[in-house]
Amino acid sequence: MAQQKSYEEINEKIRRGEAVVVTAEEVIKVVEEKGIKVAAREIDVVTTGTFGPMCSSGAFINFGHSRPRIKMKKVWLNGVEAYTGIAAVDAYIGAGQLPETDPENKVFPGRFSYGGGHVIHDLLAGKEIRLEADAYGTDCYPNKKVDTIITLNDVNDAFIFNPRNAYQNYNCAVNLGDRTLYTYMGILKPQLGNASYSTAGQLSPLLNDPYYKTIGIGTRIFLGGGIGYVAWSGTQHHPNVLRGENGVPMVPAGTLAVIGDLKQMEANWVVGLSYAGYGATLAMGIGIPIPILDEEILLHTVVKDEDIYCPVVDFNEGYPYSKPIDLGFVSVADLKKGKVIIEGKEVITTPQSSYPRARIIAATLKEWISQGKFELTCPVAQLPGADANIEFKSIPDRVPGGNGLNGNRRDR
Amino acid sequence: MKNKIVCYFSAAQSEQPIIYRLVKNYDLIVNILKADINPLKQGYLVMELEGSKEKYKEGLVFLKNLGVIVEPLSEKVVWHDDLCIQCGACASFCPTEALAIDRETMLVSFDDTKCVLCSMCLECCPTRAIILHFDVREAV
Repeated sequence: MAQQKSYEEINEKIRRGEAVVVTAEEVIKVVEEKGIKVAAREIDVVTTGTFGPMCSSGAFINFGHSRPRIKMKKVWLNGVEAYTGIAAVDAYIGAGQLPETDPENKVFPGRFSYGGGHVIHDLLAGKEIRLEADAYGTDCYPNKKVDTIITLNDVNDAFIFNPRNAYQNYNCAVNLGDRTLYTYMGILKPQLGNASYSTAGQLSPLLNDPYYKTIGIGTRIFLGGGIGYVAWSGTQHHPNVLRGENGVPMVPAGTLAVIGDLKQMEANWVVGLSYAGYGATLAMGIGIPIPILDEEILLHTVVKDEDIYCPVVDFNEGYPYSKPIDLGFVSVADLKKGKVIIEGKEVITTPQSSYPRARIIAATLKEWISQGKFELTCPVAQLPGADANIEFKSIPDRVPGGNGLNGNRRDR
Repeated sequence: MKNKIVCYFSAAQSEQPIIYRLVKNYDLIVNILKADINPLKQGYLVMELEGSKEKYKEGLVFLKNLGVIVEPLSEKVVWHDDLCIQCGACASFCPTEALAIDRETMLVSFDDTKCVLCSMCLECCPTRAIILHFDVREAV
């Protein structure tokens, strides 16, 4: 198919304030009315959005130095440990990290009221954060202890770096067992008591660009209310999976690693979450613009909830013990209506991802682009595509005291 | 008549079969919504009480004569929409559709007149935007 537009042509229109931008919801109707050919000529950008729990998230922070200087060995923010096995006052705070004092699941189900995600949210909300650090002391970094109060304004740098966000499609979780389960997909009532799902469906970024034709490394995005970039394919990126005729994966597939300056984000779009019995995590708001370079790219953005299917996965035995239990597929359209049929039974659906917020993100990004505040970037490299040969691995089961593979070990 | 009430009782009162008497002697329909007894056996009981006007009044007199403090239930489930991220998880656990999703917009709303204080929504809310607001005083 002949290329109809270039990134530069679209950016030129954005700068002139003439770009035609629609959300991934609105585009469905426009194409229905005008047809693909006309719509592809008229529309310049389709905006997507998603807002949901994304555990593989966190932030790098450089605190600046204490006087005298310190090489942190351990560091805590509001009692939540950040990883500081990098340079002296650099650290990474992960969304799922808990304070050492958290009772976890000792009284089941634990509440997990505060974790790394909440710390990041509190920093963004301008709250005061207790910073504690320990060190062993060196000639260059003699200080052994820091205990103070900081805010986001006090640190040199803070940027979000999320290794896996914006999952392209996700499992619909159910419970075939006899007791209530407390999972990262929320509470699952026994005997197919509910079905929990987490996707923005027809608004979801990677479901609107299923073959990663425009979303790639370097794509500028809406990240947590500010501007971020796609840094890499996310962890567990697995594009070579079962896909429908429309190219949309039928199972969890592509993922994105994203990066962006925390200091220009908004607390409203980076929210700490507590999942009873599971842990703490973070809800991220992500919106990705899709440049309509040709008809094929447009065709993929008109995907509707009824054309997107999620696999139903049992969280009693199927998921935790990797047992293959085939429960079929359900459509996002049915999930959003509130009831689906699984194993012949009508099951109430439990959303985890916020559709209303995904809609606001897509609309916000549309506004930014329409007003000339946000230009598109051409990816500097593509993500591994559907023809990649990526194998999904698990941790090998080997005996450390045994012979291992070839004896090429440091302790041998 | 039908009302939601809170009863505060002492250790001595908590040992007595109060509910049984209300049902047996006053023909009242009792629906216990929430109860909590502390290690000292003091506690409170939130219940919906239903019966004829006369029996209802007699039942309350019986409770008061035992020394149980009875107050109308002003407590409720409070939904903080500023903390809510509109995921909608709560609505699937709500038995009375007090928390409901508009399927067009997928927006969550809360109608406290429909709420029966079952507390199912409290645990499943990831931002803890739903709080059981009890004006329960220290146990007497």
